[in-house]
Amino acid sequence: MTEVWIAIAAMTAVSFAIKAAGPVVLGGRSLPPAAERLIALIPAALLTALVVTQTFASHDGRALVLDARAAGIAVAVVAATRRAPMLVVLVLAAGTTALLRLAG
Amino acid sequence: MARVRDEPEAEDTYAAGFRAALPLIVPTLLIGASFGVAATSIGWTAVAAVVMSAIVFSGAAQFAVVAVLGAGGSVVAAIIAATLIASRFLAIGVAIGPSMRGGPVQRALEGQAVVDASLILARVSETGYGARRLLGSTAPQYCGWMLGTVAGVVAGGRIADPEALGLDVVFPAFFVSLLVGELTTAAQRATAAAAALIALALIPVAPPGIPVIAACASLLAGHAVERRTRGAA
Repeated sequence: MTEVWIAIAAMTAVSFAIKAAGPVVLGGRSLPPAAERLIALIPAALLTALVVTQTFASHDGRALVLDARAAGIAVAVVAATRRAPMLVVLVLAAGTTALLRLAG
Repeated sequence: MARVRDEPEAEDTYAAGFRAALPLIVPTLLIGASFGVAATSIGWTAVAAVVMSAIVFSGAAQFAVVAVLGAGGSVVAAIIAATLIASRFLAIGVAIGPSMRGGPVQRALEGQAVVDASLILARVSETGYGARRLLGSTAPQYCGWMLGTVAGVVAGGRIADPEALGLDVVFPAFFVSLLVGELTTAAQRATAAAAALIALALIPVAPPGIPVIAACASLLAGHAVERRTRGAA
């Protein structure tokens, strides 16, 4: 149990520092236009990478797998590009994945 | 309608942020419950699981700690695994940081409210973020995460399995619907395509966390496309 508390204490410090870094260093600064344009691309980069890893990475995160999640996300992509409301997108994605798992 | 860009997103209010994050409450609750179940099933006390959720507040990092320790790994390995997964908050902080106001202590504390979805939910302009929107959009996710963790440690295995309900795709599906409004320019699309390729290439060879932070290299692809399109114009 001691090592659990060590891990919790360490992650408290690490995650505080990581989340504080950008706001403390860059807070209130106006950046050069070139930097602003790069920063405007960060959401596209990170959210895409998160979708890819949360869809195609295995449970331990170390292998590429194609499973019921991919079908759910494919449905989400179709629904979202057809401008379906957010909740509809989420329900369709979860429902597709759940049904495939039930069948599989 | 739920498309964030069509909402009055320029509004930096707690309520606007809160509304944007509402679809995430139930999934966050159930995934929080699955964390509580997973942590107590490998022998953690209920207090440890709840304290971790309260102060670390990062599903991916917390599951990584449980997975490594549960598999008999060392505490150092668990901390490294969780740190790699948390590394993306450096990049998110670079995006949101310049918009933060107040002294360094206030900025550091408000920065703790940042979660993945804040990249879009807390935004008030192309590169500007609002502290009130940030706090408002994180609050329902924090409440869901805490209530879920408590429910998980109390109810144990009697909680519905989030995977059987397909809830593990809710967050990526949420990001997909945010991305559809995001990928409007050639530079944005080039960035996303490069990020996807980088992540796919790195998943089999790099530890979890690295594929996401390394995908920031895709900004260079987006930047190159942007320069070319502006040069052509």
